Amino acid sequence: MCHQTVSLVARVLEAGGISTVTYTNARDIAASAGNPRQIFLNYPLGNPAGRPHDAHNQREVLRAGLKLLEEADRPGIIIDLPYVWSESKEWMEKFMTDEQPFTSDEAESKRQELLQKAREQKGRQSRSRRGL
Amino acid sequence: MEYVRYIEKTHEYYRSLGYEKTYHYARNVDIPFTPLKKPLSESRVTLVSTASFVLMDEQGYPLEEPKMIGTNELEVFTAPSDWPADRILSTSEDHDRYQTDMTDVNAFFPTTRMQEFLKEGTFGSLSESYYRTLPNYSQRKTTETDAPEILRQCREDHVDVALLTPV
Repeated sequence: MCHQTVSLVARVLEAGGISTVTYTNARDIAASAGNPRQIFLNYPLGNPAGRPHDAHNQREVLRAGLKLLEEADRPGIIIDLPYVWSESKEWMEKFMTDEQPFTSDEAESKRQELLQKAREQKGRQSRSRRGL
Repeated sequence: MEYVRYIEKTHEYYRSLGYEKTYHYARNVDIPFTPLKKPLSESRVTLVSTASFVLMDEQGYPLEEPKMIGTNELEVFTAPSDWPADRILSTSEDHDRYQTDMTDVNAFFPTTRMQEFLKEGTFGSLSESYYRTLPNYSQRKTTETDAPEILRQCREDHVDVALLTPV
């Protein structure tokens, strides 16, 4: 859903006079939504701006988008970057299957944990404001 | 080029869970377009993302609650453009967690890389704030409520160019 939301935001920005480039991991969703300029990086969802812990790759990816900003003469151009996530294509096949479902209890409990931590932090701040 | 067809994949996935109706992804043929008005080295650049994360203080305590999808209120949040990447904690559930763990903020919210481009003179300046919104099933909500607010704030901040990262 994120690729759709971001593409719709990009469209509103372009219509309002701001040039945009979107770095994507889901080519089809952004293309369908009519994204103005798309840099497609064929990595798993969550890495639109390059490989984690690889500043060189991240810079290459971002630079490709800056080049597209400079060179695009029409809307809707998609640049397919050549970078490969892994030798094996297993990650593409297994995504959203029974073996690797998209949602999990584990992810939800981690989020709840963070929420609780944030609430405690807020409580601490307001107590210290009241001088307690 | 071989890549995942997410639209097809999502439809299959939800059909397998027993849902009959499939979600209609946005389809737009006409595409708005603003050519670059001046060189990037003179442009003011911002970052816009659906990445969910919380900003942390120096001790590592979250300074905000994770944002929840599904309210009908305005879902536009900011992050200072000079906020250090090591004080950003991902709360994403929308990534492929079998492949990537979101520990490197710069792989989805490239704030350190943006600072580098600024220092090297690739960008003229960075906006005061970066913009965050939530992935939303309602295309109307994004197009008519959240996106116009991001545009309004970008204009106030004299933004010329936006880089966008979906998570």
